[in-house]
Amino acid sequence: MHGATARNTRGRIISDAKSWALSLLRWALIVGVSYVIVSPLIGMAARSFFSNSDQFNPMVYLIPQTPTLERYQVALKVMGYADVLPRNLLFVGGLAVIQAFVCSMVGYGFARFNFPLKRVLFGCLIVMIVLPSHVIMLPLYMLFQRFDPLGLFALMGMEPPNMLASPWPMYIMTAFGAGLRSGLYIYIFTQFFRGLPKEIEEAAEIDGAGAFYTYLRVMLPNAAPSALTVLIFSVVWQFNDKFYAQLFSISPRIALSKQISGLQASVSNLYQLRDPSLTTLYLYAGVMLTIVPLLVLYIILQRRFIEGVERSGIVG
Amino acid sequence: MTVKTDRGIVGRAPARKRRLSLSARKALAGLAFVSPFVVGFVAFYLRGLLLTLDFSLSDLSLRPNGGYDLAFVGLKHYIYAFREHATFKQILTSSVGDMALDVPLILFFSLFMAILLNQRFRGRTFARAVFFLPVLLNAPAIADALELSRAMMLGGTSPASAAVTQAAGDASVNMSYYVGMMGDLGLPRAALDYVVGAVGRINGIITSSGVQLVIFLAALQSISPALYEVAKIEGATAYESFWKITFPMVSPLIVTNMVYTLVDSFVSSDVINLSFDTIFGTTKQYGLGSAFSLVSMAALCGILMIASGLVSRRAFYQN
Repeated sequence: MHGATARNTRGRIISDAKSWALSLLRWALIVGVSYVIVSPLIGMAARSFFSNSDQFNPMVYLIPQTPTLERYQVALKVMGYADVLPRNLLFVGGLAVIQAFVCSMVGYGFARFNFPLKRVLFGCLIVMIVLPSHVIMLPLYMLFQRFDPLGLFALMGMEPPNMLASPWPMYIMTAFGAGLRSGLYIYIFTQFFRGLPKEIEEAAEIDGAGAFYTYLRVMLPNAAPSALTVLIFSVVWQFNDKFYAQLFSISPRIALSKQISGLQASVSNLYQLRDPSLTTLYLYAGVMLTIVPLLVLYIILQRRFIEGVERSGIVG
Repeated sequence: MTVKTDRGIVGRAPARKRRLSLSARKALAGLAFVSPFVVGFVAFYLRGLLLTLDFSLSDLSLRPNGGYDLAFVGLKHYIYAFREHATFKQILTSSVGDMALDVPLILFFSLFMAILLNQRFRGRTFARAVFFLPVLLNAPAIADALELSRAMMLGGTSPASAAVTQAAGDASVNMSYYVGMMGDLGLPRAALDYVVGAVGRINGIITSSGVQLVIFLAALQSISPALYEVAKIEGATAYESFWKITFPMVSPLIVTNMVYTLVDSFVSSDVINLSFDTIFGTTKQYGLGSAFSLVSMAALCGILMIASGLVSRRAFYQN
C-alpha cells in the first residue's frame, strides 16, 4: 500500500519534470526564432529615432538619449507619403477586390461544373501557378507598350495607346485572372468550393435562381474565409511586388516601395548629407513608414486571417 | 450573362420549349464562369510563351515608331548562352544548387515549427502572428535598399561580403574551432559544411518559410483528434503517433509546399535577375534574354518533376 503511493508520487514527479523540460525547450525555440524574425525590425525602429549624436555615440544601444522625429519628417516629405500612400492603397485594394471576385468566380466554375476540356483547363491553371512570370515578361512588355489586342486601333487608323507607366496593365491582367499569383487564388477558391455541400445550391436552384445569381448571392457569402485570405495575400503581395512594378514601370506616385529605393540618395542630395551612416537613419524611417500600413492591417485581421487560412481550402 | 438569363427564363416558365439539355446548359454556365481565366491564360501566358520562344530563336530589332522585326537565327542564342556567355552557366548552376540546399531545410523547418505552434501553450496566438510576419515584410524593394545602404556604410564593398563580415562580427564564438573538432571526430566534411551553411543562412530560411508554416498548421488542424485518441488507447507513444498519424496526414501538403518553395525561391534567384538585366538593361539583348528565361524555366520544370515524382510517391492520399 505504502510502496504503491511512493511509486505513484515518484512517477508523477518524473512526468512533471519531463513536461516542464519539454515546455522549457519549446519556449526557448520559439523565443529564439521570434528573436531572429523581430530583431531587425526592432533595431530599425529604434534607430529611426536616433539623433546625430546618438548615432555616433557607441554607448547608445537601441534606446536613444536624445530622440528625434526629424528622420520621419524628412522621410514623409521626400517620399511624398501623404500623397502616395492613399493612391497606393487604392491601387492595391482595387486589385485585391478584383482578384477576389474574378478568382472566386473561376474557382466556382472549376469546382461545380462539368464542361468539355475541363481537365485541360485545370492543367493550364497548374501551369500558370508554377510558371515564373519572368518567362513571359518581354511579350507582356511589348503588348502593353502598344496595347491593341483586337486590332481595333489599327483598324480605325489610330495609334495604339502606350499603357506602360500607368496602373492599367495590372488591372487588365488581374481582371482576366492572370494577375500577380492569380493562379494560386483560383486554386484556393476551387478547393474551398469543392468542400461546400451541394445542397446549398440545389435549394437555390429549386427556388429558381440562375447560375450566376446562385454564385453571387449564395456561394460567395459562404466563401468569406477564403475571400479574406485571398484579399490579404493579394494586398500584401501586390504592395511588396517588385517584378511587375519594374516591368510595367508603374509610377512611383502610386507605389511606396518604389519611393524607398531612391530615398537615401534623394535625402543625401537634397540635404547635402554625405555621411551614409546618417542617411541610413532616414532610410530606416522610410522603411518603417512603408511597412506600417501592412502591420496595422495585419494586427487588425490577424486572428481572423490565420483561422481563415485554416478553413480556406488551401489544405483541401 | 446570356446563360444566366436563359436559365432564369427556363426556371420561371417550364412550359417553354427547351433548346438545350440540362447538362449542356450546366456546361455552358461553367464555361462562362471560367471564361475570364481562359481568355487571360491564352492572351497573356500561352501567347507570351510562344512569343518568348519565337524571340529566343530570332534577332529582334525594334522599329523607331513602335513594333519590331524578327530575323530567324535558329539556335544561335542558346549556343551563345552555353558556349560563350561569361557567367550564365555558373549563375544557373549556383541558383539550382542553392535551391537544392535550401528547399529541404525550409520544408523541415516549417513542418517542425508548425508542429510546435500547433501545441497548446500560452501566447500561442502571439507566436503565430510573429512567425507570419516575414511574409508581410518580404519586400524585395526594401531589402535591396537596406542592402545598398549597408554596402555604402562599409565603403562600397559588395553586399554579399558585407553580410559575411557582419555575421562573423556578430558571432563571437570561434566557429571554425568547433567545425574542426567535429571533423576530427570523423563526421563527413560535406555534411558539416551543409550544417554550417544552414546555420549561416538561418535568417533567410526563417523568413522564407512563413507561408509554408501556415499551410502546415492548417493541415495539422484538420487531422481528426479521434485518430490520436485511438492510438493512445492502443498504447502508442507520442513518437509512434507522430510517424503513424501526423506525418502521413500532412504528407500531401509536403508536396504542395515543396512546389511552392521551389517556385518561390526560383523567382527571386540570380538567373531571373540575369535575364531581366539582359533584356531591359543597357545591352537590350532581347533574343539572348529570352533564351536565358526559357532555359531557366526548363531547369525549374525538370527539378519540379523530379522532386514531386520522388516525394509524391511516398505521400499518403486518403482517396
